[in-house]
This record gives sequence, structure tokens and C-alpha cells, in this order.
Amino acid sequence: MKKVLEGSHAVSEAVRLARVQVMSAYPITPQTHIVEALSEYCSNGAMNARFLCVESEHSAMAAVIGAASGGVRTFTATSSQGLALMHELLHWASAARLPIVMAEVNRALAPGWNIWMDQTDSLAQRDTGWIQLYCEDGQEVFDTTLQAFRLAEKVSLPVMVVLDAFFLSHTFEPVDVPDQDIVDGFLPPFLPRFELNTDNPFAIGQMAAPTIYMEMRHSIQKAMERVPGELDQVEQEFAATFNRRYGPMEAIHCDDAEVIMVVTGTAASTCRKVISDLRAINEQVGMLKLRMFRPFPTDLIRQVLGSAHKIAVIDRNFSFGVSGIFAQEVRAALCNYKGHPSVFGYIAGLGGRDVTPETLEEIYWKTKSTDKPDAESIWIGLNPYSSFQSRSNS
Amino acid sequence: MEDCQIMLQQKISDKDYMYPGHVACPGCGAAIAMRFALKALGEKTMMVIPACCWGVIAGPYPQTSLKVPILHTAFATAGATASGLRAALDMKEDTETTVVAWAGDGGTFDIGIQALSGAVERNEDFIYVCYDNEAYMNTGVQRSSATPFGSRTTTTPGKDWKRSRKKNITEILAAHRIPYAATASIAFPEDMIQKFNVAKQLKGGTRFLHVFASCPTGWRIPTEISVKIARLAVQTNVFPLYEIKNGIDYRLNYKGDRPVTDYLKVQGRFKHLTDDDIKQIQDMVDEDWELLRRKMENNLVT
Repeated sequence: MKKVLEGSHAVSEAVRLARVQVMSAYPITPQTHIVEALSEYCSNGAMNARFLCVESEHSAMAAVIGAASGGVRTFTATSSQGLALMHELLHWASAARLPIVMAEVNRALAPGWNIWMDQTDSLAQRDTGWIQLYCEDGQEVFDTTLQAFRLAEKVSLPVMVVLDAFFLSHTFEPVDVPDQDIVDGFLPPFLPRFELNTDNPFAIGQMAAPTIYMEMRHSIQKAMERVPGELDQVEQEFAATFNRRYGPMEAIHCDDAEVIMVVTGTAASTCRKVISDLRAINEQVGMLKLRMFRPFPTDLIRQVLGSAHKIAVIDRNFSFGVSGIFAQEVRAALCNYKGHPSVFGYIAGLGGRDVTPETLEEIYWKTKSTDKPDAESIWIGLNPYSSFQSRSNS
Repeated sequence: MEDCQIMLQQKISDKDYMYPGHVACPGCGAAIAMRFALKALGEKTMMVIPACCWGVIAGPYPQTSLKVPILHTAFATAGATASGLRAALDMKEDTETTVVAWAGDGGTFDIGIQALSGAVERNEDFIYVCYDNEAYMNTGVQRSSATPFGSRTTTTPGKDWKRSRKKNITEILAAHRIPYAATASIAFPEDMIQKFNVAKQLKGGTRFLHVFASCPTGWRIPTEISVKIARLAVQTNVFPLYEIKNGIDYRLNYKGDRPVTDYLKVQGRFKHLTDDDIKQIQDMVDEDWELLRRKMENNLVT
């Protein structure tokens, strides 16, 4: 049934229908609407679940680690500072092979305090062993959250479902919310690979000597390598029920494109319109929407981007001293590919600044008219009169 | 004070839930504490252990030194992880299993106090045990906020021995008005086992046990007097044995009458103390004892 939902409630509806058993979270704008709805569901009986109102995000992740070790389906949600505070336990969750699902609302890190859209928070967690899926609209948020539980439980790794602050979390869109029995058909009850049991006592997460630690880490990578195939399987089953699928990425007009724009999140929607307008005036432009960032779909990236002349990566994030993070990853994927295209890295829309059709058009024309990128990163829309611009040289 | 009595029970289970061959140091009070605690708690117990000496004593993968399940967890998280595990068991309608968070003084007094206070404020249904060896022993004897006034550690060395008082964790926990908070000592096993029995029966809220666990390595004492030192701590009122129900109902279990010097003089960590320093410690102990006595006398519950 179609409902008009904000992105946050696309998450909470999916979590309700996933029959999550234990949730824990600490409130942070713009994640709050997710956890408020879930608290309400626990209170009014819409969900048979426990919601632990803990005193920090660090404890929220610890609580779901404890619950998942007890063999139940778990969920948490956070953003920005909260995700940063969880960092230690993100490593713990993946290395303990716990299929925790987390909604992460992309928000800028302080200082200065900024509650708006920025991807640096989630991308800074790229090495923690979590699967990361970036969403474009409300329906995709709902669908990805449901898929995340299946995927996490298949490979015993945690999944982060990432959505843009406000542009997605607080924007209302029509979302198809199926009945419980249909969701149950897609997502069966959680069967833990292991769980704490007094009849069969063993230890989880204990000391690991140099003789075994490397093998443990290698097994996590082996699980990561299974993710593309398993996601494909999950999406096939999802499509059979719901008639929708997304893939790890979506390529539009890439086959004959000379310039391909690489985008993520809600910027993909804007880019669809820009691409369509540019094609209408016979520009050879394509677009690659990246949905799965971890594991990074290196082979697909090479297939889709390899034959283009120029790649324009739009990063709403930045790794200081290097470049935008998606650009970095795309460059790394292409570097061993013979005759690979030039990769232009564009920084735009940090801290909630809009990425408008004009922004993307500017990026396209700039890429088209330049032979090679003259810098690792090209910052779009900087105000030359800002006091920070005059100070930046001192 | 007349009703002050050590809890005695006739029989201690001869069943052990700890394997021999664990890797604790000789004379380790924390190992003794676990052995007796599990005699009371039994096999329907799940241990949540953050970083601490017990993270090592429990054994490396794939071994374990306990006959109950162990969930090892990050340093600051014992209270939160135990909350989550309890919630999972509740959802599976397992009301029989007791969840126990088992942490050292660092994981309780310092880095873990936020998660502990959060869990205790929610009155989570588990037993939290702090085995207190009064410093970061696992990392090589660095001071914690459980390190007593006068003690040398590797981060309070030489003339810079610790000059601030030990944090009173039991009173902090009692201030959360939890159903049960008690101190216990490895030198009084009947009393300790009885307290674990009481804690096990009081389901439905947080029960906190502060267990004094001597550390020969860190305290610079011979291993064979580990238990004796723990006994002296009680006999000198340095570590009084008492219980608090619902944060208001105080009950003292032992009244010490020996001078603190008997306790301090036999430990290397205190050997630098002058007579004046010892006098100062005696005054602090007397003051704490008087405070405790007044709380007993002003019990709201009679």
C-alpha cells in the first residue's frame, strides 16, 4: 500500500516489518524521527521488541552487539558525531560477525556545529568492516533496509543503510509499504549462525594470538567478497516479490558516454534530470549512481567507467590532505586498468549546501572543456569573499 | 551496630565452573572471586567481560577457562552489552539465565562508569560485579580511580604516590537506588557466596557487587598472603563489608578493630609511607567508617 512517508519513517516502517527484536539508540538530529517511531511501535504493540534507551551511541552499539550475540535480530540508527563515537564498536560488530543493521543519516561533523547533509561521517568508517549501502529516495531506503537484514544474516556482517540528512530523512515521498505477510515471505525469522547458550558454553570475542588473528581477519574479507553475489541473490528474491531492484550501482547512458558523472544519495536524482537535459542537446554524458560502497564494486566500476574518456566524481565529503573519498576509491579501482580515463574529483555540497542542477551542469562543462584535471580536487561553489578564504593562506 | 554480622552458610557447593589451567597470576584475587561467584551462580549464567585481567584469565581462542558462556566486549561497554544480552534473552523468554557483567575497577570506576550508570538508572536485570584490584593491573599497574590514597603505581611512582582518595563506587551505585548493592571480599567466601545468592534471587533489577580482589603482582606482596591481605583490609575497616537494599537499607556485615598500619605495612605499594601519612590514612578510614555507621543508624528501613 502506498503511503506518503518521510525518509526516516521509510526506515522505521521497514524495521517494524522486519520484526526486529532488540533495538537500541541514542537520539541525534536528524536520526530522531526513526527512533521515535520505533519507540512508539514498541510501546503501542505494533512491534514485539525491546527498545533500549541508552546513554550514548557507544552504548547503543554495545547493546545491540550484546543482543545479537544472544541470537536475536537487532537494529540501531545514528548520525555524524554519534557514528564517530561508535567507531570502536563498529570494528567490534563486524569482527564478531554480527548481522546488525544500522540506519546512518549522513550529517556533517563538528566544529562548527552543522546538522546538515555531508558524507564524511559514514565514509570515515569505511575500514570498519561494515557493508555500506547509499540510498537515493524514500522507496530505496525502505527496500534497502529490508534487504539489509537478509544480506547481513547471509554473510554474518553488519550493514549500514545510509541516507542523506534532511534531503532524504525529512522529505516526504510516496513509499510502497507492503503487508506483513508479504514481508515475512521475503524475510524469514533470524536463524543465528551462533548464539550464547548455557547448554553449550563457549566464549565469543576473546583473546586471539598472532597465530590466529590474521586468519580471522582474512575470513572477514572472504565474507565481504561474497557480498556482491549474495546481494544479487537477495535482490532477485526481492524483485520476485516487490518488482523492484537496484543493484550495487546503476549506470545510465554510460555505454557511449565520453564523460560519466559518479554520484551517490539524493544527488543521483538531481543528476538524472541533468543527464536527461544534456542528452537532449546531444552531449555524450552518462551517470553512474553508486549504491554499494563497501564492499567496493571494483570490477563493475572498471566495466562501466573503463571505456569513457573522463570521469567526474561528485564528493559530498572530504579526506583532508588527499581528496574526496569516492574519487579516491574510483581512482584506485581504475589505476591498474589499461588506458583508464582521467578522473576529475569535485567537492560540492558539504555541510548541507545544495547540489543543484546548475552545480552538476557546471561540473559537466568544466570536465568536458578540460583535458586533464589540474588538481586532485576541484571545489565547487566556494565563496571567494568568505573570511575563511582570505585566512586560508595564513 | 549490634546486629553487625558476617553472613554464614553451612555448605559451599563442591562443583566448580572454572577449569584448572587458567592463566591468572599466582595468588590472583580475581580468579578466587570468579571461582566462588560461580559456585553461587551456577551453570545458567552468562558472563559479559570487558577488557580487564579476566579478559586474559578466561583464555585465548579457542580455549575458555569457564564452564559458562562468555561474551567478551570492549572496555567501556560492560553495562550496555549486558543490557543488550539481557534484552535478547527476554525476547527469547529465557528468564532462568542470569546475565553477569564481570569487570575490573578500570572498567567500572573509570572508562565503564557511563555505561554502568546508564544501565543502572534503567534498572537493567543483571548482576554487575566489579572485582577491584585497585589499579590497571592487566596493563602493568597504572593508577585508577579505585587506587587508594598512598599507593604507588607505575603512573603514580616514587614521590608522586597517589594523593587523592579512592572513589566510593558502592555509594555511587546505591545512589541510583538499585535493589541491591554490596561489598564482598575473597577472604570471606561464605559471606561472598551468600551475597551472590541474594543477588541471584533478586531478579528484575540491577544488583551490584563490589568484590575486593587482592593482586600480589601490583600490590608488591608475596603470593601466599593474598587472602590474608584481603582479610586485613576488612579487619582494619579499609574495606568494610556491607549491603544496601534499594539504596537506603544499610546492613553492616563485619566490624573491624585493627589499625590500618597492620594492613599497609605488609604491602610494597605502601612501603614509602611515613608515620604521618599512615596517621592520615587512619583518619580517613575512621571518617569513612563513621559515615557508614551513621547511615546504618539512620536507616529508613528498620
